[in-house]
Amino acid sequence: MTARRLPRGGEIDRTRPLRFTFDGQAVSGFHGDTLASALLASGQPVLGRSFKYRRPRGLFGAGVEEPNIYADVTGDGQFRPNQRVTTEPAIEGLDLRAVNASPTARNDRTGFIDLCARFIPSGFYYKTFMWPDWHLFEPRIRAMAGLGRVETGQTGPSGDQINHFCDVVVVGAGPVGIAAALALARRGDEVMLVDEGSRIGGSLLYRDARIDGVPGADWLPAASAELAALGVRVLTRTTAFGIYDHGLIALNQRREAGRPDTLWRVRPDRIVLAAGAIERPLPFAQNDLPGILSAQAGLAYLRRFAVLPGARLVIATNNSTGAEVAGAMAAAGASVTLIDRRPQATGPDTVDLRAGRSLRRAFGRGQVTGVELDDGTRLDCDGVLVSGGFTASIHLFAQARGKLAWDDRRLTFLPGAEVPGLTVIGAAAGHFTLADGLAALPAALGLSSAPVAESAPYDITPAWPEPGRKDRVWVDYQHDVTAKDVELAARENFVSVEHLKRYTTLGMATDQGKTSNLNGLALMGQITGRTIPEVGTTTYRPPFTPVPYASFAGPRGASRMNPVRRLALETQHRAAGAVLAEYGGWLRPVHYGRDETAILTEARMARQAVGLFDASPLGKIEVIGPDAAEFLDFIYYNTMSTVKSGHCRYGFILSESGVVFDDGVLVRLDVDRFVVSCSSSHTAGVHALLEEWRQDRFPRKAIFIHNATAETATITVSGPRARDTIVAAGIAADLSDAAFPHMTSRWLAAEALRLTRVSFTGDRSYEISVRQDRAAALWDRLAEAAARHGGGPAGIEAIMILRAEKGFIVIGKDSDGMTRPMDLGVSGPLRTKKAEFIGRRSLFQDEAQRPDRNQLVGLLPADGQGLLPVGGHGLDLSGPVPRSIGYITSSSPGAAVDHPVALGLIERGASRHGEEIVIQHLGQRRRARICAPCFLDPKGDRLNA
Amino acid sequence: MQIFSCPFCGPRPEYEFHFGGDLGNHRPEGPEVSAEVWAQYLHFRNNPKGASEEIWLHMTCGEIFALQRDTLTMEAAPGQALTAAEGRP
Ligand SMILES: [Zn+2]
Repeated sequence: MTARRLPRGGEIDRTRPLRFTFDGQAVSGFHGDTLASALLASGQPVLGRSFKYRRPRGLFGAGVEEPNIYADVTGDGQFRPNQRVTTEPAIEGLDLRAVNASPTARNDRTGFIDLCARFIPSGFYYKTFMWPDWHLFEPRIRAMAGLGRVETGQTGPSGDQINHFCDVVVVGAGPVGIAAALALARRGDEVMLVDEGSRIGGSLLYRDARIDGVPGADWLPAASAELAALGVRVLTRTTAFGIYDHGLIALNQRREAGRPDTLWRVRPDRIVLAAGAIERPLPFAQNDLPGILSAQAGLAYLRRFAVLPGARLVIATNNSTGAEVAGAMAAAGASVTLIDRRPQATGPDTVDLRAGRSLRRAFGRGQVTGVELDDGTRLDCDGVLVSGGFTASIHLFAQARGKLAWDDRRLTFLPGAEVPGLTVIGAAAGHFTLADGLAALPAALGLSSAPVAESAPYDITPAWPEPGRKDRVWVDYQHDVTAKDVELAARENFVSVEHLKRYTTLGMATDQGKTSNLNGLALMGQITGRTIPEVGTTTYRPPFTPVPYASFAGPRGASRMNPVRRLALETQHRAAGAVLAEYGGWLRPVHYGRDETAILTEARMARQAVGLFDASPLGKIEVIGPDAAEFLDFIYYNTMSTVKSGHCRYGFILSESGVVFDDGVLVRLDVDRFVVSCSSSHTAGVHALLEEWRQDRFPRKAIFIHNATAETATITVSGPRARDTIVAAGIAADLSDAAFPHMTSRWLAAEALRLTRVSFTGDRSYEISVRQDRAAALWDRLAEAAARHGGGPAGIEAIMILRAEKGFIVIGKDSDGMTRPMDLGVSGPLRTKKAEFIGRRSLFQDEAQRPDRNQLVGLLPADGQGLLPVGGHGLDLSGPVPRSIGYITSSSPGAAVDHPVALGLIERGASRHGEEIVIQHLGQRRRARICAPCFLDPKGDRLNA
Repeated sequence: MQIFSCPFCGPRPEYEFHFGGDLGNHRPEGPEVSAEVWAQYLHFRNNPKGASEEIWLHMTCGEIFALQRDTLTMEAAPGQALTAAEGRP
């Protein structure tokens, strides 16, 4: 191909040359070029390979419709895979790598595949790689499958997201879109005008036009200035890619210089769709050869970028727009033959017009060198520009559930019945001349007038692919679907348009069939004797063009996706050498000290002297009001209304299915005031549950719920020296067991703290809750006092050992989605509680009452091999095959006892204490003895020691 | 993206809301609730095509309310307080 840059013209800035590389070769261009225009000007015809057959391909389009040429682009501060070169600006220093090609587009070593083409038609994979197993073939096929690389190391820049409201969004800044935006803004509307191109103007940037008697090239800057003066927000490089429920229109704005894309969610009162139309290819053999371009794209390259697509050009068309293209190419110095399928066609004197003729085939290897007409005439050429007519870009209209109507005169689907809030104008509404588009504006938008243009009328004659041809006519360039593939689909009865799409992958490539869909379904119509509207279209779905995931993700990534909650005492923990990790959404001290041996040391310290434990994440939800006691009776499995003021009670909360949802201690502060204490990681869930039943079941003014977890810090002081530590810290209170027994709570006004005697370790324990901004000073006092009594801070893992030794469960760890309270050994309330409670009826269901349920047990290693494996299953080996009888839920070394301990849920476990069972885990078998789920101080003497 | 109207906060985007089940799935109570009735309450959902009466939670304010919407046209009427929807105090 002898495409070349002309010495003058175009919108490029010739004073600012630039260079980038394509498959390692230098390409030069100018500021203002797209990657495509610079590549075309370089004269290299082969810029990519087709997806399936690896046929050499060149540019077809000049915008979003481009099916052929995509590249992985490195540079400008980022790596971007699968970039459409026709819409990306040329930038100094970029490195492009053609997709679907190895090693390069020009020398692809898989090009031989095309020689086997007749053996790999549509459906080939489905039929061939079935036996013995698709997965055997998948890796090699995947490796050869096309499109760009994914940089797995790259997390991508995080983009902005903007929510915006305005009166009108106009999609498409061609002349009709601009005229609409101007008219609406003059009327006082707040208007947003978006266009996917790098500048506004649309067809005015390359087509002849006169608007209100002024050349388009002069009308455009004046209009642009008025848009600015009226305050219209103009976004270029911005694609309106989807319309969603309730009038949401989504825009993706592409930035430059490494800046991530911006996602706009806009809710206008009205959407004006001026998205234009896309030119279709013509069906002839080898119509995918490099050097065969869309005629409108050829005109855009000539007028916008001063690139002449060839010296000897054939312009082939079935409609009236070919003449302008032919004239422009001739005027630029090419020798031009215009082949117009319409018998009555006319053309400029400067071209060789063949009216009533069409193309039968193209010739060439790696680039087009000639064509054959339907009458057998052969013409040499170095470029072919084709126009098969225009398909209105009604994608957004269809996404908004607009019904389409086939137009037999203009040969395109057009918007049918009106969609409220959405107006389609310009070429998208089927007005394929500027004069028609502007003339229709007043009626469409309720205007008194609109600019006036003069255009020759649009005229088209059908040129659809035809069945029964022996040679290869491409329908979908990007997915390598030929007319024969469509025929094969029809033969195998995939005649529905949706089946046709899936079977042949027609229209399923990244271009979503912008150039190919209509030709494909027209062909299917001919094969099956149906009209095009009878065949119908596939469903239009967002996005119109691919949108980077980074755009949808926006700034929500890494820690911003799910922010970890931080303790008020984090500074103190770090100063004490804590190793921190996330537990249930909170960053908590795992242990203090260099390595994990500290865990057991801390546990023993807490058993022998005293441990300080930051229990702030523990849920603290206040329930207040005259109906609070009745409410909590309904919430809890246990009866709670009988708890006296200043006292606590441990209980379960169930779900309606009777499964244990959470456990914890309820504190009654006063007659009408309670604190629900729940597991750290269940706080949000319990809060939601409380709110649900409060709002759904109780009078609004009788109960108030307040989640005080975040504002309150809780420090647990546990161990035989706990009381001494609190006294030594200078907290003045009568801590005698008579005045302040276990399971009671006191508010110490002088210290502004709440002291509660509950224990998750089995030792004497005090929970001190304080406003979180006062926690640091309190911690310092307690830490100093604990040190004097031979203790210190203990991390969460030490506490886990202490509670396992006592058989205190963690809901969700030592219970599962089947566990009823009776399985945990708590069946009293079911027998005795009078009041209704959540999940009650479910506890009487057959499933809940089965005798062979998994029940909480203790487990001891019976084989002298130490710690039992968490997740290991108990086995019943009495039958022909081993059967699981439950599993181990927790396992830890002993701190006060001199052996490892474990908890588990074992079938009929409560009645099997003393029995030895086999445990299987990861292929290993162990022996364990079932015992009561408590390994230390079953009478609870240590609580008051 | 849909816009739902919380009776407490007004119109807000759908991602602030959480589905809460069918409106009118009343909890059967009393000693003699049959397993069938209880299972119906626990497990069976309407999932209608067209007009749907539902309960939604506005997660940002905590209001649980009744919402009438159309699963076909996606139209959503303004949310109604549960007490009003069920005629409770
Ligand atoms: Zn709300």
